[in-house]
Amino acid sequence: MSEKHSSRTDAVQAQTLVRVAVDIGGTFTDVVLMRGEQRSAIKVLTTHKDPADGVMTGLVEVCSNAAVLPEQVSLLLHGTTLATNALIERRGARTALLTTQGHRDALEMALENRFEQYDVNIDRPAPLVPRPLRLPINERLDAAGEVLVELDQKSIEDAVRILRDHKVESVAIGLLHSYVNPQHELAVADYLLQAMPELNISLSSAVCPEIREYERLSTTCANAYVKPLMQRYLESLERKLDAAGFACPTLLMTSGGGLTTLATAREFPIRLVESGPAGGTILAAALCDAFSEHRALSFDMGGTTAKLCIIDQGAPLYSRAFEVDRSYRFKKGSGLPVRIPVIEMVEIGAGGGSLANIDNLGRLQIGPESAGSEPGPACYGRGGDGATVTDADLVLGKLDPADFAGGRLQLDESAARTVLSNSLGDRFQHSATQAAYAVSEVVNENMAAAARAHLAEWGKGAGGRTLIAFGGAAPLHACLLASKLKLDRVIIPADAGVGSAVGFLLAPVSYEVVRSRYMRLDQLDVAAVTAVLEELRSEALSVVDELLSPEEIREQAKAYMRYLGQGYEIAVELEPDEIPSEVDLRERFEREYLKLYGRTIPGLAVEILSWTLGVSGPASGTLAADQVQRQRQLQADEHRDVFDVISAQPAKAGCFRRETLLPGDWFEGPALVVEAQTTSYIGRGFTGCVSAQRHLVITSQEGA
Amino acid sequence: MSRLEALTLQLAWDRLLAIVEEQAQALMRTAFSTVVREAGDLSAGVFSREGLMLAQAVTGTPGHVNAMAASVGKFLQRIPLDHLQPGDVLLTNDPWDGTGHLNDFTLVTPVFRNEQCVGMFASTSHIADVGGRGFGPDANDLFEEGLRIPISYLFRQGERDETLFRLLAANVRDPVTAEGDLYSLTACNDLGARQLLEMLDDFELADLVEVGEHILSTSAAAMRTEIGKLEEGEYRHQMRIDGYDEPVDLVAMLTVTDSSILIDFSASSPASPRGINVPLPYTEAYASFGVRCLVGNQIPNNAGSLGQIRVTAPVGCILNAQPPAAVSARHSIGQMLPDVVLGCLVQILPDKVPAEGASCIWNPVLRSAANFDNDDNFVTNPIFNGGTGARPGKDGLATTAFPSGVRTTSTEVSEATTPLVIWRKEYRPDSGGAGEFRGGLGQIVEIAHRHGRPFVVSKMFDRIAHPASGRLGGDAGMPGAVYIKGGDQLAGKGRDLVPAGATLVLETPGGGGLGDPDDRSERARAADLASGLSTR
Repeated sequence: MSEKHSSRTDAVQAQTLVRVAVDIGGTFTDVVLMRGEQRSAIKVLTTHKDPADGVMTGLVEVCSNAAVLPEQVSLLLHGTTLATNALIERRGARTALLTTQGHRDALEMALENRFEQYDVNIDRPAPLVPRPLRLPINERLDAAGEVLVELDQKSIEDAVRILRDHKVESVAIGLLHSYVNPQHELAVADYLLQAMPELNISLSSAVCPEIREYERLSTTCANAYVKPLMQRYLESLERKLDAAGFACPTLLMTSGGGLTTLATAREFPIRLVESGPAGGTILAAALCDAFSEHRALSFDMGGTTAKLCIIDQGAPLYSRAFEVDRSYRFKKGSGLPVRIPVIEMVEIGAGGGSLANIDNLGRLQIGPESAGSEPGPACYGRGGDGATVTDADLVLGKLDPADFAGGRLQLDESAARTVLSNSLGDRFQHSATQAAYAVSEVVNENMAAAARAHLAEWGKGAGGRTLIAFGGAAPLHACLLASKLKLDRVIIPADAGVGSAVGFLLAPVSYEVVRSRYMRLDQLDVAAVTAVLEELRSEALSVVDELLSPEEIREQAKAYMRYLGQGYEIAVELEPDEIPSEVDLRERFEREYLKLYGRTIPGLAVEILSWTLGVSGPASGTLAADQVQRQRQLQADEHRDVFDVISAQPAKAGCFRRETLLPGDWFEGPALVVEAQTTSYIGRGFTGCVSAQRHLVITSQEGA
Repeated sequence: MSRLEALTLQLAWDRLLAIVEEQAQALMRTAFSTVVREAGDLSAGVFSREGLMLAQAVTGTPGHVNAMAASVGKFLQRIPLDHLQPGDVLLTNDPWDGTGHLNDFTLVTPVFRNEQCVGMFASTSHIADVGGRGFGPDANDLFEEGLRIPISYLFRQGERDETLFRLLAANVRDPVTAEGDLYSLTACNDLGARQLLEMLDDFELADLVEVGEHILSTSAAAMRTEIGKLEEGEYRHQMRIDGYDEPVDLVAMLTVTDSSILIDFSASSPASPRGINVPLPYTEAYASFGVRCLVGNQIPNNAGSLGQIRVTAPVGCILNAQPPAAVSARHSIGQMLPDVVLGCLVQILPDKVPAEGASCIWNPVLRSAANFDNDDNFVTNPIFNGGTGARPGKDGLATTAFPSGVRTTSTEVSEATTPLVIWRKEYRPDSGGAGEFRGGLGQIVEIAHRHGRPFVVSKMFDRIAHPASGRLGGDAGMPGAVYIKGGDQLAGKGRDLVPAGATLVLETPGGGGLGDPDDRSERARAADLASGLSTR
């Protein structure tokens, strides 16, 4: 790895190659070490003062558990929520925005809409840069990048004075139409660096060279806002790794599901925001490969939210739009938009801690308010007095009060019963079981509805997909969700509790860049397109060429196209090295359009807004090919009384410990499989079987 | 009814709500008309076979809320249920049978299961051009405003009605996108229909009868309960706005009885000779929205919840204009109605009601002046909003659409797709009305032609002579203004030429303030000064 990252799978080398993945979450830092096919994993508490401390604790411990010396580790893969948390908690740097005169409020005016029609009291999220620090620069380009007003030095000097007065640490420079012509932004940056060499600078033409000023400025300001903090963290981590003798390279996980260098992470930390969830979907995609599945839905359910991601042809769905911190019931439009390569997911307020209540129509509603982990569900006995999904799961018998979270927490079942029968009132005639059943049905229906809507939005169906479930609460609900979506197969991976970190070990090195260049397809300027693609190629390659050899690199360019005057673009893939032609692009655009919307519009002109180009190497690891072969039917020694939600009947569920199950072991539902991080529920009508690689595969008896 | 059945009914209701959201999303993503895509100027809903609305998507505009709800009943009067066959699709753009102007096309698709009609899907979207003078307030009657299609078959048993398609193509300026929009409506209804059939299978239901009754009775009861919390009585409010040539008075008498609300607009101005008249369904939509954003705002829209609010206006009133009155820019009056209704409600709920806002969206139609070569031809309809009224406990929202739910358009995209340059688009200091809580700010927009050529602006703006009032002692917001930079003021409505080399300036109105300005906190004052939002 010190020379070039290699996909060679030399058997000896694979045996000795030690790779470690680290995922910093809000509460826990997960560390997974992989030597050949052997994994060892631990969780340590996240250390908020300097998260690098927690990382080091975890690294040292996992190495010592696996009897590996620091210098034997050949690669460190790292993902973190630090950038996301800094944005949500507004703990970033004092940031200024230098922008085209006459447009300083674009960042705050946003889209001028309300994301909730019937609530007069909503507020849009406050901009990361307040108005006194949004400083006008006298200059102007037109949409073709031609200069309408020359850059006025004096306006930069005025800005510098204010930056000094306000002790600004980080600056975003975002000028209109800089995605076509970055010259003015570069000149402003040059001036600033001469005047204030210590400034941290983010250019919109580098962070997000994409048309639509609000989204570009929002992305650039978010980058500037987290940049100093992320640089400090990454420097601290490098120092500590060095001191502890870890000499290997470190790669960072991005929200797009690829790995990138420390240098890129320092420059564009906004690209790291959703790395944890991205890791989970990479694991799900790798499982698809291992099982030769083509179509899946990954399902991650934690304490507050559930996330679902569509996987086709073994690859998760990608997009370029994401919102950080949807602060109003997770509603679209209530967060800060960032335009970065991202694995597309739908997130709803449905987690173990989601609170149940009866609305003024007498309807049972679940979430999005959550009891979180403090005080947590009523059954945690820490003062939570609202009924939650976890309380319902406990009352339904799906959780063992004495064996939850590896026995670290004794659950109080009577508290759960009390809160369910009392707080949901007479709606369920004070029957805790009936209330718990209803809570389970409604939360599962909410997730099914979100999945259906998300699939429909992308022009895809649910039929025939495998549900891949991980995260604390997903394995409890996966069977029920599968039954609602009429899916016949559920996979619950081994180490589901550290799924994101495992995913990092399977991710490729990759990088995607974008450039907006508006043109009508019938006036396709091939020379201009070739130049844009060449520019994108050299920019992308410069990020990965230390890590990949030329023969390993795959390239994927896309054009973002729409019918003339429409509001949404769709991505149209180009062939490698293709020089696009009008006829080919139109045909491919119409093919994609047909897939998404069912009908094309003959005769209507097409326009192209943006081009992207991504480069990627091979996956940094793969999962061994896997299969399910039933060998031994198990009868449980121990049973629990459960209420089976699928059949709406009480039942006796067999209980199994995950670590005692061997490949080929199988059993019929209702059953429970308990492990330290989670419990899997196998409903009536489903069968569980352990695969050759010890993943739990649940199939519907109808579908089988 | 057993408890489990009650849960099933709730889940089925939830599923219907999810289905209509998907129907609306599909429509929004495939529509051509800018205001549909960007502004969500559309609606989608599922109806019982009697034509009662059971669920409606929450979309960008309240203007369709119960306009479309009432529409399906009119379709069934014209073409009775027993005439309908699988594969039939009906449409109209009649302002009185649909949602208030010719640009809005409403499509109705019956859904069949075992040869029985189990329900209907309806959807409405704004088609950019319907011929005539084009979208704007200048017509003197409906015939000038474009093509009017009475309730008709668009498809019969799956077969296109070629006559209708040809007629449409021959009468609009952009037949390709108009046809595209009709297909987009057809497809979203089909999607709803497929999902409904799947839902009936999943829940093992023969039809929607029981679910429908549950939805309507539960919603009606919940709405009655909410209304029952209001003090009974008659509450009157009057608001004067600019109108076209002369001011228009909007006068509401809101009567709260035990369980229902009646809003009577009898004392309002008569119909206008220009295209700002409002058909009654659109009046009903915005007036009832005014109530619903404070009373029962969590209750989903359906025939049960909407039925508890009645809206009347006498025939010939500007809020119940009769054919062939011109109605194209009916939104410029309709969007003012929530402010009038809130003026009644503030007498009952003084601590819940915001002050008046800019309310009417500022969406100029900008087009190339005639006689230039084709390369220069353009037409665009950007949206710029004023400020909303101050809210109890907080300032109004700057540059935000209310009651409409539209979004603005990107400056960069406007400039990439037209030869216009938007030189300035920023907050308009001091434009929010003073108060303990300040009105939201408007904005200043400066637009010129890239090559100094003349262009045409068509305006449907209000609150230029009559700004948004404050409430409870708050001051009015600044009135709006439209003018040529360094030159003449222009009228708020109608068409003008922006001469060669000139810059058009729009200053959108600010929202009204709430409460005594002397009660504003020092901190809020200082923050406004520091950020330049106020200068004094």
